[in-house]
Amino acid sequence: MNLVEFTLVVWAGAVAAGFLGALTGLGGGVVIVPLLTVVFGVDIHYAIGAALVSVIATSSGAAAAYVREGFSNIRVGMFLEISTTLGALIGAVLVLYLRVSVIALVFGTVLLYSAYASITEAPHDNEDLGPDRLGTLLKMDSSYPTASGFVSYHVRGVPLGFALMFVAGVLSGLLGIGSGAVKVLAMDRAMKLPFKVSTTTSNFMIGVTAAAGAGVYLSRGYIDPGLAMPVMLGVLAGSLLGARVLMGAKIRVLRIVFSAVIGALAIEMIYKGFSGKL
Amino acid sequence: MMSAARGQLSERRLDEIIGMLLRAGVLIAAFFVLSGGVLYLVRENGPVPDYHVFHSEPGELRAVPGIVHAALALQGPGLIQFGLLILIATPIARVAFSLLAFLYQRDWTYVVVTVIVLGLLLYSLLGSHE
Repeated sequence: MNLVEFTLVVWAGAVAAGFLGALTGLGGGVVIVPLLTVVFGVDIHYAIGAALVSVIATSSGAAAAYVREGFSNIRVGMFLEISTTLGALIGAVLVLYLRVSVIALVFGTVLLYSAYASITEAPHDNEDLGPDRLGTLLKMDSSYPTASGFVSYHVRGVPLGFALMFVAGVLSGLLGIGSGAVKVLAMDRAMKLPFKVSTTTSNFMIGVTAAAGAGVYLSRGYIDPGLAMPVMLGVLAGSLLGARVLMGAKIRVLRIVFSAVIGALAIEMIYKGFSGKL
Repeated sequence: MMSAARGQLSERRLDEIIGMLLRAGVLIAAFFVLSGGVLYLVRENGPVPDYHVFHSEPGELRAVPGIVHAALALQGPGLIQFGLLILIATPIARVAFSLLAFLYQRDWTYVVVTVIVLGLLLYSLLGSHE
């Protein structure tokens, strides 16, 4: 395989990863890393470097559509960003000190959890439990548009959400992913935000968190232009395509099938990590 | 009540501007990455670099000044890294924009919050993390 062929094959793989990432709701970054390491035999440092920049691309690309809809809560997002950016910086520095097998194990576990969450989590409504001292103090309560006009909601559980977001940040910096599943977990379960507000605010935060890790990656030399180029362009194209298909299509069965495939890839990644083949 | 409604309205307008900013950032980044990629493939069409073992990038492609220099010299890899720098800068610009909005609203709590986030981001991008 010469350089042009290799680049085109990686690009095609990245389009598929971005497409699947959008369709399953897992995000392109979390799919491209096992693809690069397990299938193409790329060193995990280069893989997470290329993945993290593609995470920024998809987050910013999708956010342009989301912000217009008016669901995301900027105050909640910005406050929690303190936690995720700090976590991402620490996670990105940790990469240097952890063995490849450990990174692969953590990655595979997060991937399995994300795949499980994407299958089982359905859009739902959290019961509004009323105002909370810290949420009120930080002026986080807001409203969001629904079919029957604007509905106001209260934000709770700020300390727990903040702590979970730190974990999301560390995972993002350590694995080159967006950590969308953990971010939604924090806002949906811990802070009781409406589901739609959780997912869109999470998307806003993913780009900022990834940017925090990417600075360290760049300085450490994990971002290789020859590899990041086809990955970023491919994941971006694939996720835009996936988002278009997602609109209107009934895809529950498809989601389950693809999530199972991605789960299998996660198990293979853990196995290869431990047998020293990554 | 009136001022709250006006606050909501200007926030909507702000959201639209932020949306455009993000889309423009991604498009410009993709343009540089693609043009750099074409130059890279045309000029260096040889064997595939060894990605199986991690070597780290050359120093000039790991920090902002070196990348800008390589991009200005129209080197393929330099242009790609420059595009990726724009991509990384896009969410940072968004945070900076939010800072202006919170300043305008005189929301000092969130001015402080946003300054902390912006500081962490700039430390990551401009600091040395050897």
